[in-house]
Amino acid sequence: MREIFDSTIERFFQDTVDTEQVLLAEKDGWNGTLWTSLDELGFTYAMVAESAGGAGASWSDLCGVARLAGSYALPLPLCESIFVNYLLCKCDIAPLTGVLSFAAKSELRLDGDKLNGVLHDVPWGRYTQHIIAVVPKDDCNHLVVLSREQIKIRKEACNVAGEARDSFVVENISPVFCAVLPAPISSNVLMQGGAMLRSAQMAGAMHKAMTISHEYASERVQFGRPIGSFQAIQHQLAQMAEHVSASVIAAEAGFSASSGTVDALGVSTAKICTSEAAGVGASIAHAVHGAIGFTHEHPLHLLTRRLWSWRSEFGSETYWAKHLGDAVCKHGADNFWPAVTAGHFDTV
Amino acid sequence: MSIENFKYSTIPAEAEALRAEVRAFLKQELSDFPNIKRADSWIGFDAEFSRKLGQRGWVGMSLPKQYGGSEASAFSRYVVIEELLAAGAPVSAHWFSDRQSGPQILKFGTDAQKDFHLPAICRGEQYFCIGMSEPNSGSDLASIKSRAIRHGNKWIVNGQKVWTTNAHLSHYMIALVRTSEGEKRQQGLSQVIIDLSLPGITIRPIKDLVGGAHFNEVFFDNVEIDADAIIGTEGQGWSQVTAELAMERSGPERFLSSMILLNSLIDVIGNNPDALQAKEIGRLTAKLITLRNMSLSVTQELSEGKSPVWAASCVKAFGATFEQEIPELAQALCDLSPCSVGGSEHAQILAYLMQMAPSFSLRGGTREILRGIIARGLGAN
Repeated sequence: MREIFDSTIERFFQDTVDTEQVLLAEKDGWNGTLWTSLDELGFTYAMVAESAGGAGASWSDLCGVARLAGSYALPLPLCESIFVNYLLCKCDIAPLTGVLSFAAKSELRLDGDKLNGVLHDVPWGRYTQHIIAVVPKDDCNHLVVLSREQIKIRKEACNVAGEARDSFVVENISPVFCAVLPAPISSNVLMQGGAMLRSAQMAGAMHKAMTISHEYASERVQFGRPIGSFQAIQHQLAQMAEHVSASVIAAEAGFSASSGTVDALGVSTAKICTSEAAGVGASIAHAVHGAIGFTHEHPLHLLTRRLWSWRSEFGSETYWAKHLGDAVCKHGADNFWPAVTAGHFDTV
Repeated sequence: MSIENFKYSTIPAEAEALRAEVRAFLKQELSDFPNIKRADSWIGFDAEFSRKLGQRGWVGMSLPKQYGGSEASAFSRYVVIEELLAAGAPVSAHWFSDRQSGPQILKFGTDAQKDFHLPAICRGEQYFCIGMSEPNSGSDLASIKSRAIRHGNKWIVNGQKVWTTNAHLSHYMIALVRTSEGEKRQQGLSQVIIDLSLPGITIRPIKDLVGGAHFNEVFFDNVEIDADAIIGTEGQGWSQVTAELAMERSGPERFLSSMILLNSLIDVIGNNPDALQAKEIGRLTAKLITLRNMSLSVTQELSEGKSPVWAASCVKAFGATFEQEIPELAQALCDLSPCSVGGSEHAQILAYLMQMAPSFSLRGGTREILRGIIARGLGAN
């Protein structure tokens, strides 16, 4: 399934998602035409069971899609929508069509069947039809589905790539659906899922930034030869390649380990490595491109502004590293290596 | 060669099944082995230990059964060596034989060479060193001057090798020497197996800055070796050596050199790390897991008969940065001075690895050479 997904989505991105379309989305906030044609491919149902009209895919089938979304700077919540439908199915809720997103950070309470509180930093929030969130109640966690029309914008915000990241107020609303989050899904699943998606998107964006940096270094001539023939440039590109390789593997490992539920260790590892790499990679890509890469006209910034955004979303490198480090120390030195080889720290 | 070579691969269940056995063996064998000794990682030498591993079938394990190997998969060998390294076991006696000389002899050697060397390698009794660098040929390996000249049914070897790890403790060297002059410097090179007990060979250990003597200078003064000492094809030494690099640069020894210090650091920090300690320990853990996954991905490629030199270079360059970061962070995260004599065990391990760390991005190909290979490989996409 992986090959079909990768080739289908790449063909679509190649034909449809060019610099002009991304800039249009950034200018207007939303590229509705682009969403409509993307939606026709049916990828938002990728992880929905075949019996329910989906493709029954696993996360490892979808890592390529998320990487490619990153490498084309896709300015749409494709990954978010796939993830929402995945969780809905896990909770035995029928999948949804339309633009979907989730609030990984929220302060919500369920009073009877009424929801009150706030949702923070919802990707593409104002353009969605439905938003999901996790709410604790009576010693268990509930997944709630909110209709976008029911809730009020509290603050419209954008990341540095012009992608909407909105906050909402929820006042005495009955959720469209509400279900107990089944074991072993963590109450932190929305942070974990978001981190997993962003790690693959960053790996993709960095890979593309590296490819165009290498191409530029092969073409740009100074002192009578391509700048890529200078060791100073080669070593920067090589350092970037090390980080991109690590990012690709870390993201793939995170997706592959997430077969039953989003894998805590795999995902935190992926987000830590890719978030760190994003800073290094963006910096090197710009250094290699010189002044032209700093212009609005050159498309490099479509990738680097997303890297600067995505590394902070759903937990920065520091957020995940602190969690992981705490777990490692609680486990103690004797259990460290066994946990690394087992791919599992109990308390992560 | 490109990033796409890095395909996520996991250890198959039958290889994973070995792990418990190896751990139990190490727990028993190394019960009295102090951490400061374990900090030597793969440069710790103990012939007795290597023989015990040989008895277990854990040396040369990927070699054919007819030579004493067990035809184990690349992943089975991976499980064994990563457990040895993680425990800080003294593996250097057989390390080069197991990692590259054995496989190289199997791939390129004559039947007589295989019959003679491989069973002894598998027993953990025959040790090899790798003769590459020379005084004026470090990173620029193709400029080597050591020469073997044909004389009847003998080769006469003259020249000098340097930085040869374990030459003083090994039985044989696989040396890269010039056997003819080609149009290009890479032509006319051959690999020869040299018995280090032969007359005309002088081996002098070179003391390193920590005070240890692991590497050597080796002089060849009219050393007579048999005509069949050539391994592989005469004049094809360069391509043979290049193919060896993928084996040499992608294994877990390229990121586990500071493992004992990382363990010790976690121990010293204790169960309640402060925010900075937690963050850095978490970061190092993520890097370790990812490097291991990168290394396993190269192992998969190697097991399919490919020669992923580019990906191996990435593992080694990224791995060395990680290994070198650990003593730096250990120093920064705890208010505790490194201590060569006296002081806590942790302070001694820190002192030792802090001083060893510069070598991690020198041995087996410098960071600068690797980055050149990586950058040029991007052009081959």
